[in-house]
Amino acid sequence: MTMLSVKVDVYPGVPTANLERQSGNFICKFRQKFRYCFSISRKSLCSQAIEKSQWQSVVGLEVHAQIKSNSKLFSGASTKFSSPVNTGVALFDCSIPGTLPVLNKRCVEAGVLTALALGCRVNPVSYFDRKHYFYADLPMGYQITQQRAPLAVQGELKFQVYTPAIHKKPYQAKVKIQQIQLEQDSAKSLHDTDRSLVDLNRAGVPLMELVFDPDLKDGEEAAALVKELVLILQKLNTCSCKMEEGALRVDANVSIHKEGEPLGVRTEIKNIGSIRGVASAVESEIKRQIQVRNALGTITNETRAWDPINKTTVAMRDKEVVQDYRFMPEPNLPPLHIAMGPVEIGCVNADKLRETIPELPEQTRAKLRDEGLTLEQSIILVNDVSLLAIYKDAVGERNVNKKVMANFLINDLNTLLNKNDMVSEGIKCPRHYFSEIVELLEKGSITRSTAKLLLEDVVLNNSGAPEKIVREKNWLQITDEEELRKLCEQVIKENERIVKQYHAGKSKVFKALLGAIAKESKNRAEMSKCTVILKALLNKK
Amino acid sequence: MGMDKVLHTNIKIVNKLFLDGALTPSDLIGASLKKVIETKQFNAFITVSKNEAEKQAEASLQRFKSKQSKSDLDGVPIAVKDNFCTKDIKTTCASKMLENFSPPYNATVCQRLLDAGAVLVGKTNLDQFAMGSGTVDSIYGPTKNVWKCKADSNDFHIAGGSSGGSAVAVASGVCFGKKYWFNSFRAIGSDTGGSTRNPASYCGVVGLKPTYGLVSRHGLIPLVNSMDVPGILARNVDDVVSILNAVAGHDKQDSTCLTKPFKKIRLPPANKMGIKGLKIGIPIEYNCEYLSDEVLDMWDEIAQTLQNEGAIVKEVSMPHTQYSIVCYSVLNQCEVASNMARYDGIEYGYRADDDHSTEKLYAVSRRTAFNDIVKNRILTGNYFLLGRNYEKYFNQALKVRRLIMNDFDNVWEDAQLLLTPTTLTEAPLYSDFIQKTNRDQCAFQDFCTQPANMAGIPAVSVPIKLSKNGLPLSLQIMGRNLSEPMLLALAKYIEHLVQFPQYVNFKQK
Repeated sequence: MTMLSVKVDVYPGVPTANLERQSGNFICKFRQKFRYCFSISRKSLCSQAIEKSQWQSVVGLEVHAQIKSNSKLFSGASTKFSSPVNTGVALFDCSIPGTLPVLNKRCVEAGVLTALALGCRVNPVSYFDRKHYFYADLPMGYQITQQRAPLAVQGELKFQVYTPAIHKKPYQAKVKIQQIQLEQDSAKSLHDTDRSLVDLNRAGVPLMELVFDPDLKDGEEAAALVKELVLILQKLNTCSCKMEEGALRVDANVSIHKEGEPLGVRTEIKNIGSIRGVASAVESEIKRQIQVRNALGTITNETRAWDPINKTTVAMRDKEVVQDYRFMPEPNLPPLHIAMGPVEIGCVNADKLRETIPELPEQTRAKLRDEGLTLEQSIILVNDVSLLAIYKDAVGERNVNKKVMANFLINDLNTLLNKNDMVSEGIKCPRHYFSEIVELLEKGSITRSTAKLLLEDVVLNNSGAPEKIVREKNWLQITDEEELRKLCEQVIKENERIVKQYHAGKSKVFKALLGAIAKESKNRAEMSKCTVILKALLNKK
Repeated sequence: MGMDKVLHTNIKIVNKLFLDGALTPSDLIGASLKKVIETKQFNAFITVSKNEAEKQAEASLQRFKSKQSKSDLDGVPIAVKDNFCTKDIKTTCASKMLENFSPPYNATVCQRLLDAGAVLVGKTNLDQFAMGSGTVDSIYGPTKNVWKCKADSNDFHIAGGSSGGSAVAVASGVCFGKKYWFNSFRAIGSDTGGSTRNPASYCGVVGLKPTYGLVSRHGLIPLVNSMDVPGILARNVDDVVSILNAVAGHDKQDSTCLTKPFKKIRLPPANKMGIKGLKIGIPIEYNCEYLSDEVLDMWDEIAQTLQNEGAIVKEVSMPHTQYSIVCYSVLNQCEVASNMARYDGIEYGYRADDDHSTEKLYAVSRRTAFNDIVKNRILTGNYFLLGRNYEKYFNQALKVRRLIMNDFDNVWEDAQLLLTPTTLTEAPLYSDFIQKTNRDQCAFQDFCTQPANMAGIPAVSVPIKLSKNGLPLSLQIMGRNLSEPMLLALAKYIEHLVQFPQYVNFKQK
């Protein structure tokens, strides 16, 4: 055993479990690895990219979405977030003997609606099961879930993967949905220094668990899938998706393998709490697995947690022993029947619910593209629900060029918001102001720079209608060639040094002169004309 | 005192006396509470809620005075098995685990009785968590059968179980109030494998297991959820009907409750009933190895009598009966393992002093507060439910259960009702009973009663006669789902026919 620990010290990347399993021919393996490790270290300068390229990563997600419902899955207690501790608790939720579960119809509706929106096949009959394990935040000693026959199975979701900083172009990805099941949330344990306390408010809160096939290849795809799911659930109003409140929790299964080889052993990252967190956690785990495998270590099937501060996944100690959940049918709940087609008897009617499905993100993007927007624009707008709303209102008000409008909002408005640490929900001004600005811009009445100033005025200073501001502040674009010529001449006169440089062959400084013109005109000069005039004037000399 | 008089002082007569002002609820409750003290030796009650009962009796009295009585149960004392939750009254399941548990709510059965004006006088003894068929495994000690109970002997006949306390409360409670003799108690039991009918049979009272889903389980601390039903014990069939009428019917707090509205049962007087053409089946498989000759003879005799009275009595076969016990044993232990998981000492119930870790707290609390029988079933049940065993045991048991249910479905083509023994023998002596393990006893004692729970059908035990030893012998009638009106009618017919000697003069020593 001492040798084992020595070995672990030498190769921190190699998990002990593997070593123990191989302890029979320990020495021999040890040497092999030793040699190999050296050879790696010799070529350790070779780029990570090459090391990474031989590996393929496979990612699958399981998402727990809290169903938007006033009361719990099986009791009448309130589900309000951040209620005082242990106030939203019915007798059933604290497992008082003799109490029985009563299924909340609203939760079934939400589950079926979500399933239909995700193209799932809704099971006409599904069942509830008990999943047993002892934990202080599980008052009954079991969780009621759907193991044998879930609410719905076999769906498919297409979504766009596009993170501008990473992808040059968007691309469509596809993921299959294995199943959607209804289940209870657990309570919350609060660990003090010398004791643990339990808050039962969350016990029995309704969840939909969505299990996706491992069809994803990296963290960005995983994050894009979660983003699309959030948009859909919010549109359906079946989940608030407030990840910061734990209303949507993501578990990611990650494995790596070499091309042509079977899938590798997977690890599960539990409870990732933000969309960007999903991307980072998965990427970090892929990187970790590659490092382990490249050091000839083995990946163990384990549960890991995402540490967003240190940007790394860490093994969770308490799940090392494989649990047998001793599933059993829940005897207190009859089979859940869903009415559909000729069958009219059921808890809810799937056909009627299908009619209530609103326009979903993929449809919205298609519509926007039909309106002339680029795919990128459609993705960015759809991903930002309130920006999309502004866009829709703005283009509805006036007949403006929609592509310009989209661009204006995506670039100029977003830049402004970012700079001032604002969110689009906070914008108070009437939406037609945006169409007015774009119209002024389109007509050539103002310059792009003025448009930005104008935007700042209406959004930040609440200064009233753009046309009025332009009039009052005399912000109309200068298009008169004579006036522009005078401006150019003045700038040439005032910047003798730069002009000299220009004539000496430093053509780059031309831009500086243009900048001076823009500044002099308070950004009102029509720059395309100025370029021509300035060039002519300079070359004359 | 003539025994007829007791037999006939049923709830309806009591109600008439109340209405006429010949008797008051307070008189009756006072006499009943006195009776509880007098019969303490039998250990029928765990808790007597004297103050609450007196208050309820007083309220009932006021209702009668203002001619606003609620139902024929108004002012009638009822005892409830101590596995039904009663608001702010201890509900122990006869276990250390719940020794100090006062539920914050009433079971639907209790609430409906209270709503009907009935007076809940106390909570009766049982085997821990209703796991047993003798009422011998209670932390409060065994309940003794009133029949042939000798004060000078340490031994006694068992009451049967697990609702032994309820059966003894009914059997022992004959009290005198004003110039009348009354049955002091009717009682609520629970029935998972025969827990109401078995003690009813041994104690010589009527015990009904209603159709599964007819009476709400909300507030009944579960043993086997898919088989538990609240049961009713009384001296006579009419009283059983009165109570059933008060407690049956849909309850939205129990999702397994039948949604079909319950129509109150009204039975004609026994002398106006006839059974001509009634098809009664005698399932041959119930004539099992351990059936005593005395019970067999009685079974034959009654079958013959019914035939003489015009019924069509014929032998039927239910080939899967013999598998019922083992199948029940698997399902029971699995559900027990699951249902008992909540007793961890965190939210309520016994909590050990050991708080080194959560796991330790659980382990010590559960080890200390469950008896061996409960622990044994938990361990076995969890073993059956392991992923690798699920198919072999639990799922196989479900399949066998289906076959047993099919047996019943098939038999209803030939018979409207089935007549069988309730128990295989008269009430055994305690000293003999405890020779066998709990598991063997349940297998033996529940042989005839337990298939009805598998199938969910109604069944009633009716006392027939006394054995040579002077102990009650009873028969069971079973019918298809929701056949309670016909089932209870035949029970009443037989009751009238046999004139079972109800009164036990237990004061003679």
